[in-house]
Amino acid sequence: MPMTAPIPYIIQEQKFWLTAERGIYWEKESALIVSDLHFGKTGHFRKNGIGVPHAVYKEDLQRMVDLISFFNPKKLIAVGDLFHSADNLELQLFSKIRAGFSKMSLILVQGNHDVLEKAWYQKNHIELVKDNYCSGDFHFVHDPSEIPRESSAFYFSGHLHPSISISGMGKQNLNFPCYYFTDKSAILPAFSKFSGTAKVKKSKTNRIFAIVENSLIEIEK
Amino acid sequence: MLQKTKGYQIIHEWMKAKDFHPFGFQEECWEKILKAESGLVNAPTGCGKTFSVFLGVIIQYINQNPDKYQQQKNNRLQLIWISPLRALAKDIGRAMETVLEELKIPWKVAIRNGDTSSAERQKQKNNLPEILIITPESLHLMLAQKNYTENLTELKFIAVDEWHELLGSKRGVFVELAISRLIGATKKKLSIWGISATIGNLEEAKEVLIAPLKKKGFIIRAKMDKRIEVESIIPDEIDNYPWAGHLGIKLVDRLIPIIEQSNTTLIFINTRGMSEVWYQSILAAAPQLAGAIALHHGSIEQELRLWVEDALHTQKLKAVVCTASLDLGVDFRPVDTVIQVGSPKGIARFLQRAGRSGHGPGEISKLFFLPTHSLELVEAAALKQAIKEQMVESKTPMFLCFDVLIQYLCTIAIGEGFRPEIILKEIQSTYCFAEITMDEWQEVLLNITQGGVALNQYDEYHKVIIEDGLYKIIDRKIAMRHRMHIGTIVSDAMLKVKFLGGGYVGVIEEYFISRLEPGDTFTLAGKNLELVMLKDMDVLVRKSSSKKSKVPSWNGGRMSLTANLGKMLRQTFNKALIDENEIEIKSLHSLFEVQQKLSAIPRDNQLLIEQIETKDGFHLLVYPFEGRQVHEAMSAIIAYRIGQILPISFSIAMNDYGFELLSDQPIPVDDTNVQELFSTDNLLIDIQKSINSAEMAKRKFRDIAVIGGLIFQGFPGEHKKARHLQSSASLLFKVFEEYEPNNILLRQAYRELMEQQMEEVRLRKALERIYKAEFLLHFPSQLTPLAFPITVDGLNRNNLSTEKLEDRVKKMQQQLEKN
Repeated sequence: MPMTAPIPYIIQEQKFWLTAERGIYWEKESALIVSDLHFGKTGHFRKNGIGVPHAVYKEDLQRMVDLISFFNPKKLIAVGDLFHSADNLELQLFSKIRAGFSKMSLILVQGNHDVLEKAWYQKNHIELVKDNYCSGDFHFVHDPSEIPRESSAFYFSGHLHPSISISGMGKQNLNFPCYYFTDKSAILPAFSKFSGTAKVKKSKTNRIFAIVENSLIEIEK
Repeated sequence: MLQKTKGYQIIHEWMKAKDFHPFGFQEECWEKILKAESGLVNAPTGCGKTFSVFLGVIIQYINQNPDKYQQQKNNRLQLIWISPLRALAKDIGRAMETVLEELKIPWKVAIRNGDTSSAERQKQKNNLPEILIITPESLHLMLAQKNYTENLTELKFIAVDEWHELLGSKRGVFVELAISRLIGATKKKLSIWGISATIGNLEEAKEVLIAPLKKKGFIIRAKMDKRIEVESIIPDEIDNYPWAGHLGIKLVDRLIPIIEQSNTTLIFINTRGMSEVWYQSILAAAPQLAGAIALHHGSIEQELRLWVEDALHTQKLKAVVCTASLDLGVDFRPVDTVIQVGSPKGIARFLQRAGRSGHGPGEISKLFFLPTHSLELVEAAALKQAIKEQMVESKTPMFLCFDVLIQYLCTIAIGEGFRPEIILKEIQSTYCFAEITMDEWQEVLLNITQGGVALNQYDEYHKVIIEDGLYKIIDRKIAMRHRMHIGTIVSDAMLKVKFLGGGYVGVIEEYFISRLEPGDTFTLAGKNLELVMLKDMDVLVRKSSSKKSKVPSWNGGRMSLTANLGKMLRQTFNKALIDENEIEIKSLHSLFEVQQKLSAIPRDNQLLIEQIETKDGFHLLVYPFEGRQVHEAMSAIIAYRIGQILPISFSIAMNDYGFELLSDQPIPVDDTNVQELFSTDNLLIDIQKSINSAEMAKRKFRDIAVIGGLIFQGFPGEHKKARHLQSSASLLFKVFEEYEPNNILLRQAYRELMEQQMEEVRLRKALERIYKAEFLLHFPSQLTPLAFPITVDGLNRNNLSTEKLEDRVKKMQQQLEKN
């Protein structure tokens, strides 16, 4: 269960629910949108002799399960980097969880990290989309720099792992992962807590929702 | 005894022919070497310290082979000479070869460091030299080879040059571990000799070095006091608002005549970034020096550095602008003048740099001190006094560095593998790990074999495996990666800077580059460069003619004032406006007057606290004069304690004189509660809590994560795949804090912080002193000369807050709306 109530966000008269758990629920399509989950990253590190804690992966998976249980979506759309690298044992845990939600379809817009064999995706009932997944007037790509400029459609993307820095009096500075919206696009925060971030800036033409611990706060300036 | 041996007579003759005479301490050392003793030689650079050990080895060899010492070849490895700097190795190798040639001893001298080609390494393997000059890192690489023990059958001596530089650092711990292994591998008593400049704890330095021998050992002192003269360069106009920035540059014109009147001048700059600025400024002020002046620092391309070192030997250069990169014992005879720009931060370092000039015994070492901000003149006066009183700092040895131990165990796991029961005994014989508990040892073994806490059935952790009780790394990729990793004691990922069209410029910290945008200009190796793009681990640049150029800051560049110098500094402030005999104090007259008028001049029995309101917010400034490190700890504790009065957030800055707590709201400190803030009651608990809230361990964790093998810096040919293994230290810190707070490397970050910075004893002493001091609480209407340099310093600020994160974000948003 999400810790705090999701925030509704309207795009082209449709309701999207933003959560502090790093996923967006699209009400009309009953779809959960996530990005940059990097599943298997800790396993990849560990297999190569770098002992990072497994628990961060477990928590990421748990958060995904929580979101799915809460919204009970018909489909899960991952806008890239669902997996971190080559196959490893850790992914079996993912497969097990995936099998538990067999009625939910899973669409993966292939990101630069999604390098697994085609058969692997098939086996786990993942629909792999190469560049652009389209549903109604909404498009889903991995890398926001690949959104065509002239298009009037709305694009969801990821890849960047956006974060926002805010500063106050007395040289205070804080940095949070965030959702980043313009009138034509959205960039999702990285779902994985084992991932770095890239700073974005607030301007008049964008809206930014910072993930502050377990809640979302819209950054006004 | 010694004099009657054949070896001595031969060496004596050889010296006599050159009109040399052995110094007393050299003979003393030779005598001990003949008796297979071990110990420490304490001698300044340029006094024949190399010969004190090296010739002893030769004398002993001649004595043992009186008839055939000039014929016998291939004697296998006899002496391992550990030297902390590559630059040193070349110099010493050359000197040794000359001696061997003239004595017609057919020994080979080989140098092994990061620059040694693999062809050369192979040659050394097949045709073993008698003397190997090696860096600590390359020595560990050697331990990662299969069958390395076969090369050690005839090893008799280990010499460690510049031991004072290694002691107290992790490189020193690498040396301790390597020595324990060499002793274990040769299974016989080796003779170990360290060579050290004067430090406050020579006895301890010796103990650390020879601990595995379980012998008392000897200290041999050269007793050659050099006379040192210090001359401050006094600015014509004193800045009443000193700033630790570029202000010293204004004095560049005063350097030119000094350079011109000298044979060769070394100009020591504290940071690599500033050395770039000085190099450019000197060239601009004296274009005639072009070609005769060079730049030398740790981030400059190796070839260029070697060229500079050669040119220094052969007197081709008038001046070299350098950093600590030329600090160590390389003896450049042509150097007759040394200029120290900015505070040297410690007495020992100051003495050592002064010693770079006037080499021969009996000569006077002359050093010019150029302040980069006017307050540093007080430091100059304090330093002069300290030299007069012969105060020198100690180097505190490090304890239980598990990051180094983990790296070392993986290293020997690649080589011949290890058996825990044997290797534990060796490790316990070192000073660093003498106190390791069985629990800690098990945890370290678990870390390299199982990688900490895992989801058992889904885990494939793979590094060290156990085969019949032998701990080994057999995966070739992991082994190769570890080899690349050995010795990387870099605090941040270093990126190579290259020209678009090819050509290597140097290395730079990722941290610095990450703050630049393509098109920005920065300075490296004396060149103005425009950032074109980042590609893999390379920074691609082109030449730029832009005048506006950012100067890289290297995080490692900041040293802290030592306790000794801090005390001298407090005493020197007693003289301000009272005793103006010294030119440094006198020249600061007007600055002190401004300080006095706005606030007060703190005497050594007082603590000055200033509270000032500016557009930035509310500042609380405290001046304990204890050095940056102690201030970092103390400021966090004071901030934490104020935060217990009411929820408040601080941005904290500090320098060697004091610290600043800056807040967006008034700070509730007045004469009713100020003294209690410095109380030693509950000190330990408050230390713990403030450490946690200020995330201070994060910076320590960076080094530990690199040394302990958590951060992988990538290596050629595997770029793409390697990127899937990259993560930043701050991310790892966050992940471990949240998911594996008991991790041995994370715990070490906290322990290092406690030992080095929050060192309870020193902190308690400082607080006890302050608690008894007279508190001067002032409310100046504007920033004072003492406050200014702290508040403008934006780097390395700490943060500590006792407010809720959500509240802080909301408050910040409201503040922005008001503006």
